[in-house]
Amino acid sequence: MKEAPGITGLILNEPLLWEKGKKGRRGFSLPRRDVDFCPLDENLTSKTLDFPDLSEVDVIRHYTRLSQWNFGVDTGMYPLGSCTMKYNPKINEKQARLQGFAGAHPLLPHTLSQGALKLMFELERLLAEITGMDAVSLQPAAGAQGELTGMLLIHAFHKSKGIRRSKIIIPDTAHGTNPSSAALCGYRPVHVKSNEQGVLSVEAIAEVMNEDTAGIMVTNPNTLGLFEKNLKEIAEIVHSKGGLVYGDGANMNAIMGMVQMGQIGADIMHLNLHKTFSTPHGGGGPGSGPVCVKKHLEPFLPVPRVAQESDRYVLSEDFPESIGRLHAFFGNFGVMVKAYSYIQSMGPDNLKKASQLAVLNANYIQEMLKGTLHLAYDRPCMHECVFSDKLQQPHKVMTLDMAKRLMDYGFHPPTVYFPLIVNGAIMIEPTETESKEDLDLFIEACKAISNEAQQTPQLLLEAPQKCKVRRMDETAAARRPCLAG
Amino acid sequence: MKEIGELQLPDDVRYAEDHEWARSEGENTRIGISDYAQDQLGDIVYVEFPQVGDTFNKGEEFGTVESVKAVAELYMPIGGEILAVNTALEESPELVNKSPYGDGWLIEVKPADSAELDTLMTRDVYLETLKGIK
Amino acid sequence: MRYLPHTDEEIASMLQAVGKNSLDELFSTIPEDCRCTGILDLPEPLTEWELNDLMDALSSTMAASPEYTAFIGAGSYDHYIPESVSYLLTRSEFVTSYTPYQAEMSQGTLQAIYEYQTLAARLLGMEVANASMYDGASALAEALLMAIRITRKSAVAISSLVHPHYRRVVQTYFEPTGYQVVELPRLENGRTDLSPIHGINNLAAVAVQSPNFLGCIENLHLIGENAHDKGALFVSCFTEPLAYGLIKNPGSQGADIACGEGQSLGIPQSFGGPGLGMFASKMEHVRSMPGRLVGQTKDLEGKRGFVLTLATREQHIRREKATSNICTNNSLCALAAAMYMASVGGTGMCELASLNHDKSEYLKQELQKTGFKIGFNTPTFNEFVVEFPKGFDVTYQRLLEKKIVAGLSLAPFYPDLANHYLLCVTETRSKEDMDALVREVTS
Repeated sequence: MKEAPGITGLILNEPLLWEKGKKGRRGFSLPRRDVDFCPLDENLTSKTLDFPDLSEVDVIRHYTRLSQWNFGVDTGMYPLGSCTMKYNPKINEKQARLQGFAGAHPLLPHTLSQGALKLMFELERLLAEITGMDAVSLQPAAGAQGELTGMLLIHAFHKSKGIRRSKIIIPDTAHGTNPSSAALCGYRPVHVKSNEQGVLSVEAIAEVMNEDTAGIMVTNPNTLGLFEKNLKEIAEIVHSKGGLVYGDGANMNAIMGMVQMGQIGADIMHLNLHKTFSTPHGGGGPGSGPVCVKKHLEPFLPVPRVAQESDRYVLSEDFPESIGRLHAFFGNFGVMVKAYSYIQSMGPDNLKKASQLAVLNANYIQEMLKGTLHLAYDRPCMHECVFSDKLQQPHKVMTLDMAKRLMDYGFHPPTVYFPLIVNGAIMIEPTETESKEDLDLFIEACKAISNEAQQTPQLLLEAPQKCKVRRMDETAAARRPCLAG
Repeated sequence: MKEIGELQLPDDVRYAEDHEWARSEGENTRIGISDYAQDQLGDIVYVEFPQVGDTFNKGEEFGTVESVKAVAELYMPIGGEILAVNTALEESPELVNKSPYGDGWLIEVKPADSAELDTLMTRDVYLETLKGIK
Repeated sequence: MRYLPHTDEEIASMLQAVGKNSLDELFSTIPEDCRCTGILDLPEPLTEWELNDLMDALSSTMAASPEYTAFIGAGSYDHYIPESVSYLLTRSEFVTSYTPYQAEMSQGTLQAIYEYQTLAARLLGMEVANASMYDGASALAEALLMAIRITRKSAVAISSLVHPHYRRVVQTYFEPTGYQVVELPRLENGRTDLSPIHGINNLAAVAVQSPNFLGCIENLHLIGENAHDKGALFVSCFTEPLAYGLIKNPGSQGADIACGEGQSLGIPQSFGGPGLGMFASKMEHVRSMPGRLVGQTKDLEGKRGFVLTLATREQHIRREKATSNICTNNSLCALAAAMYMASVGGTGMCELASLNHDKSEYLKQELQKTGFKIGFNTPTFNEFVVEFPKGFDVTYQRLLEKKIVAGLSLAPFYPDLANHYLLCVTETRSKEDMDALVREVTS
């Protein structure tokens, strides 16, 4: 076996911010005071702020050391299922930092913001084309807010027809956030099981769809990494009862240029620019969750909307049926810049190829690890594959232990214990930006860990050994929460 | 996780389908969760109680019990008024794991109908249902 | 394409391994009638150098600081960002990681967020802050929903001097819920009129912003007392957290929840986003809070470390009964804020806040001296309202041509405030800038 990337590096200790520093230090060049002191009424003011005082070097070393305890896509393979941890191109970061964008105030007259408005207008058109939809709002700040927007659109659509529906269908293979997004809109989730092939059957939907059901939330490909092949027929059933089809775009990376969700029955779908369109995940945010809709839902999209008036771009609030605003301004513009740059750099052929290679990589891993790990559904997968710990259970080794051991081999673990319908799930999404060599190393590591599970299970139970810290006591953290220092 | 044979299943309590137990103590009834339930949940980190004085019917949700990564709803095995909650669990939720039928009890109720207790499962019947689940 | 590493030979050997003849065949599980027939109608790919040209052209049309001297805030503030912060924020270990589910491999993000939570809580005078949310507007909506969960009541009162866009977002979140939202009017002095709350039954929360949208510092203590007398929670919102380097923070004035926008703390304006939703509360309400939380704990050798905790509140576990559907913690923005607060420091934050206040007072006084009317006589922080004479929009346009933005017209937000403009002065505006503005508006 080639040497795995995981080795013990030089890991430096670093205290908490307020355990460092000395009163009177400063890490900031205070601007010159060119006006007189003008004290505010003492009843309104407070005298001190309990922050540490640090020098610039203190701050730089602090965060540099902290960063070295972290693992990112730039460090190595990060096959977190459902999260699409693909490479984040550096040139896109530069574009978002351009002073014209980064220094732009959101409330200046339109005439002074033409570049940003044009970019947003064009990005909407690009996303509409990729999804096969008619109109787009870039305002939702993340996928979950996109889902909420979608639910609000469904609610507004029914309301405009004088109807209030109380339920929404959510399959067991849908994205985990869906039920709470629906609940925010007052919809009661109707949970539907997938069939023995891991997809939705037409009959299962026909059985529950009725006139009190607002629609269905489908993730396609679903969280088992399988394409919902019956979606067209399912959409017809939902539509025939006056419902709408919501597509969760978390897994869009599998089907760019291959399937347009708008052509196979979806009325609404959200995208995660930080997944499919390569903008960095940033340790959990900021993301961006645009919502794409068919014509009949366009009047309800959030305001303001970008519009083109002859050769100028303007922001328009003139949509009386709109659900309103979701964001203080226009959404996460900085993230939009990066996604726009990505699409411009890729073009139609490379976007399609990216999806093809994402699917190739996942199928390759599925094929090579079949037998080493238990495959939940033995069918060709899309961009991710789902295994379980069934073969390791006799050795009293669980998914979590294998995940922790992978760290010692220098890989970020896959998503674990999701989707819920697979016990001890291990959900692997390699993405298209991993090369065959890296996949092979990962596969070898998984096989080695599987051998260890049989022969030296203690190694797994005590993993990780090579990270900054050993396994953390999450129970103590939750029993007696210590949330601030 | 425990094998069936390892589970403590005392016979001085009655068991409900949702794995709560109830024990008659004079006029009142103590309620908790079974050894099987605590074992399935793993380390308990938090118990959400009802207010003393609240009244629930049999089968109604009266609180939740949480582990690090799971939440389980608690259902009344019998109907009645809440007389007391086990405040020791606020500081030490691990008592539910250590002593599910003793110091880890959850609530004390004044039964609405003392006959309801008899509708719950005996130890032997409960053991059979657990075998079915396992 | 440089982001796609596969060579043709590798593709061929991998296809062979999975038993397929072509890349298209990998998609055979997709029914024929679901597949695209043509190629997507998208622009052809640009080289790195062509992309630079395109983006330079787009960004150069923008009226950005410092080319423009903008006296405009209203929820997005132009503050200096130390290069050290911008530099640290490009560390790819922070940028290219995800939500720290696997604690042992994410201690950098986790400790940094724990420190952010601590500094945010101290700045706001609260006991616990979450690991951040999308922006100030959605943070306010979430705060009001949280108050409804805690109090089990169904109405909220929100000041009409809360940022108009935030109020609109609250309306959007509340529309399908059936909960009642009552707007509180404005007093003559530019503060919130609380009197209507006494007529509201079932009041879950009273929400105000301070400094408010007109720049005026609200009497938070009094509002808190009134809210609590009604059995409601006091939600204190903000758009300019730097103010709490100078004025009393929400926690010290009795706020139960403090929430707002943290963009001022080292985050570029970026045409309005991404910003930073700040959210803090009392510890007694922690289990009703939305969003991620990082907690301190130990590893199996007893070494200090950090994990995501109290996750049972969240969408992936509690599903439809979760406190919120939010998955984001706006980590990179929270990190920027923490780095900024650490760099400026306790002493520095107080000095910087004073400088903002004093500069804005200078402009206020200079405008007053030349005969303009200041909108409200209540103390302000770094924003204030000035009433310009009728027809000022012509002057405003003329100043735009000189690359000066003379504030924000309030008429679209408050029709009764025609000719009133909201002006903002931060540390980035020099005395010369302000003198030039005064000269121009009087000429």
